[in-house]
Amino acid sequence: MAKRLTCDVVVVGAGMVGAACAWYAARASLDVRVVDRGPVAGGTTGAGEGNLLVSDKGPGPELELALLSARLWAELADGLGAAVEYEPKGGLVIASTPAALSALTRFAAGQRAAGVTADPVGPDELRSLEPYLIPGVAGGVRYPQDAQVMPALAAAHLLRASGARVHTGRTVTGVLRAPDGTVRGVRTDHGDLHAPAVVNAAGTWGGDLAALARVRLPVLPRRGFVLVTEPLPRRVRHKVYAADYVADVASDSAALRSSPVVEGTAAGPVLIGATRERVGFDRSLSLPAVRALARGAIGLFPFLAGVRALRTYAGFRPYLPDHLPAIGPDPRAPGLFHACGHEGAGIGLATGTGRLIAQALTGKAPDMDLTPFRPERFDTEGGESA
Amino acid sequence: MTERPRLAVVGAGPAGLAGALAAAARGVDVTLVDAAGRPGGQFHRQPSPALGAPPRQGHTWERLRTGLDRHRVTHLTEHHVWCVQRDSMSFLVHALLGPAQDEGVSLRADAVLLATGGHEYVLPFPGWTLPGVITAGGAQAMLKGERVLPGRHVVVAGTGPLLLPVATGLAAAGAEVAALVESADPGAVPRRFPDLLVRPDKLAEGAGYAVRLLRHRVRILTRHTVVAAHGTDRLEAVTVAPLSPGGRSLRILCDTLAVGHGMLPGTDLAETLGCTLTGTAVRVDAEQRTDVPGAWAAGETTGIGGAALALAEGHIAGRSAAARLYGRTPDPAGWAPAARARSRLRRFFAAVDAVCAPPPGRAGSVPDDTVVCRCEEVTAGEVRTAVSTLGATDARSAKLLTRAGMGWCQGRMCGPAVAALTGCPLTPGRRPFARPVPLGVLAALPDPDAPAP
Ligand SMILES: Cc1cc2nc3c(=O)[nH]c(=O)nc-3n(C[C@H](O)[C@H](O)[C@H](O)COP(=O)(O)OP(=O)(O)OC[C@H]3O[C@@H](n4cnc5c(N)ncnc54)[C@H](O)[C@@H]3O)c2cc1C
Ligand SMILES: Cc1cc2nc3c(=O)[nH]c(=O)nc-3n(C[C@H](O)[C@H](O)[C@H](O)COP(=O)(O)OP(=O)(O)OC[C@H]3O[C@@H](n4cnc5c(N)ncnc54)[C@H](O)[C@@H]3O)c2cc1C
Repeated sequence: MAKRLTCDVVVVGAGMVGAACAWYAARASLDVRVVDRGPVAGGTTGAGEGNLLVSDKGPGPELELALLSARLWAELADGLGAAVEYEPKGGLVIASTPAALSALTRFAAGQRAAGVTADPVGPDELRSLEPYLIPGVAGGVRYPQDAQVMPALAAAHLLRASGARVHTGRTVTGVLRAPDGTVRGVRTDHGDLHAPAVVNAAGTWGGDLAALARVRLPVLPRRGFVLVTEPLPRRVRHKVYAADYVADVASDSAALRSSPVVEGTAAGPVLIGATRERVGFDRSLSLPAVRALARGAIGLFPFLAGVRALRTYAGFRPYLPDHLPAIGPDPRAPGLFHACGHEGAGIGLATGTGRLIAQALTGKAPDMDLTPFRPERFDTEGGESA
Repeated sequence: MTERPRLAVVGAGPAGLAGALAAAARGVDVTLVDAAGRPGGQFHRQPSPALGAPPRQGHTWERLRTGLDRHRVTHLTEHHVWCVQRDSMSFLVHALLGPAQDEGVSLRADAVLLATGGHEYVLPFPGWTLPGVITAGGAQAMLKGERVLPGRHVVVAGTGPLLLPVATGLAAAGAEVAALVESADPGAVPRRFPDLLVRPDKLAEGAGYAVRLLRHRVRILTRHTVVAAHGTDRLEAVTVAPLSPGGRSLRILCDTLAVGHGMLPGTDLAETLGCTLTGTAVRVDAEQRTDVPGAWAAGETTGIGGAALALAEGHIAGRSAAARLYGRTPDPAGWAPAARARSRLRRFFAAVDAVCAPPPGRAGSVPDDTVVCRCEEVTAGEVRTAVSTLGATDARSAKLLTRAGMGWCQGRMCGPAVAALTGCPLTPGRRPFARPVPLGVLAALPDPDAPAP
């Protein structure tokens, strides 16, 4: 029996990734609806930071996606820049010791070969770029392609500009499948939405959504704390972080890793983030985590010792065992597309992800090879069970 | 040698004082920690010694104050607690010292009693950010603590049982109280008589205030509310409008408006510690225990209900904590009078609350250009836009999309207004730091990996 279709695509999740999928799908002339059980940006998008980084990624598919995304962010900023607090301020990675500097220099050389602009900066120039930086560091690398947005505003404004209908406060409780297995829409606590395509942009809960379609996607939470200071006049001009951050991102350790990215925001407060711990969905305050953030930040900018933290918050990054997102069609459930598992880079990678999903939805050739992001890759390659 | 068990009491208001004394009298080593320079909390606020004014008298206060010395309670003044942390065995109370609050100190205890009171809130109206507009509690604090009048011509407005003593105090101290504007409907009182009559003394107290106000020729306007404050550089007048249809608005000249729409429990420390809340208050059992083992709570942090209720709850909490710290099950018969007072006062204040609920819809209907979050200068219109076009459906998403509540006060003041504008119930804002903490203090916290001292 043919059901009347509600729309062309249902996007599950009104976070940054869902918003970008909705935007690019709508631009491809698809009729899009977005469903979220909470408000817009109520998930991890509202609990993280808005660094759009290429600097922290080594050559590989994630960097390729980051470069694509950075270009798209710059394009979007043409119209929405002010509303989403887009700032192409560039990143500055600091190496405190000569050993760290040589590791960083090697890392940057590899990135350059992959298309990243990475300019070595000597200690003196560092001081003029960041006058409040601790003296005596060995050197650093400047990444002009790094930028920043305010994630919640970015998701909200992109969704609005997309023209997609947004259903907040509506939980997806099932994925509708035809007898032949093709996806026919979603069941929600407020009725069904029928569509030939469903995009799983449920972030950290993307594994649960996949399970509703009876496919496996082992998305797990990785907790991060951010410290927010009192508003200050601009003293930190770039995104500044220590070179050991790069090692932390790829780390497989479940223990606390601190990696203080220090940045001033348009609104005045300095953001310091973020820790990385695998502790499930535990939201309770961890003093060791905020202690580590404070120590790291003061290590870069000593003046911060006297600045007050007004608050701290935690979020749960969605990660997959190989630290790459799942992007693209799911052959196990035709009509289901995944766009989740972006870990600590979902804001930055949202635009590229949205574009790739729109291309997949409309049968166009993708801007980059989707093989590394195949959602079914954990069925064959093993991986942690969800 | 067996050491005495240690109880840290946070808050030296009636609840904390009563709890500290009850526990200390039963052999517990009590440390009372408070942000203020002198004990007393909101109610027994003492004049600054620098003024050379005689301390406040009163039987209860006398008993509490002398008890502190007699029972050798360690009282740490000017300790602003920013976090209470629980580890495997005990609690760490982290505080910032002195008025500067730059330096940190941490103390260990086997149990804690959270008695941090509550804070007032004000629902915004046009002009509420003008100099000369202060909170009712602020006016009271100036009067009791500094012995100064906030102004010469004062309007006291809002709702709730605080307004009567504030207006009376101001009038008695020589201010011209131009009007007491109370939004509650006295017509709703008789319906609550069965509940209110459980404490006829409290009812009489209220009536007594009213009589004194009339004697001072203070005009009392019920079912009225301040809809705007006027002035260029500072307050010059207010417009007061009736809440019932048909009445006329009036303009009242004044240099000070003392306004308050109620109190909210201070739950930051308890929430971060992991205590469950009911609505906006910390949930406690009959012994005033929270659901975190070793943590008690008493006074307005468990619900708004005045000084006498805080005393009763503090007393029960202190006795329960003492017994439990010595490994005994306390016998509630020992505190039966306090328990009786507690249940009557809770019933009484639930009725008062029902009568004095701020008029529904009022806060949601302020004009678009009225600032609701003064720290971040967010207007009512911006919050409405976040709801109507950006997909905010609760206070948290409204905050993310407008910055309302992200500033110094962390939404303590604007929370109720933002909730009203978003059309959702008020939920306590998560505030892991009860006070802003210098990063240097965070960095100097004890190393979690180092062996415990
Ligand atoms: C502390 C921290 C710092 C970070 N810093 C950065 C950074 O600087 N740069 C960066 O790029 N990234 C950063 N991230 C990562 C980034 O926040 C995430 O990768 C990104 O927000 C993921 O977006 P999303 O749209 O996939 O998920 P979310 O924003 O979580 O959205 C998923 C949505 O799906 C909804 N949903 C789930 N299940 C259902 C259902 N059954 N029915 C209906 N709705 C459902 C949820 O309610 C939620 O709103 C950080 C993360 C953290 C925690
Ligand atoms: C203007 C006004 C008038 C009032 N008039 C009356 C009246 O006439 N009759 C009546 O019965 N009640 C009155 N009350 C209410 C009465 O003051 C309270 O019910 C009572 O004080 C509550 O006692 P408490 O111990 O719970 O809290 P409080 O008295 O509020 O004491 C809390 C204490 O905790 C401390 N504290 C809070 N947070 C921290 C922290 N993080 N670190 C360190 N210390 C902290 C504070 O400094 C304070 O001393 C009035 C209140 C106000 C504001």
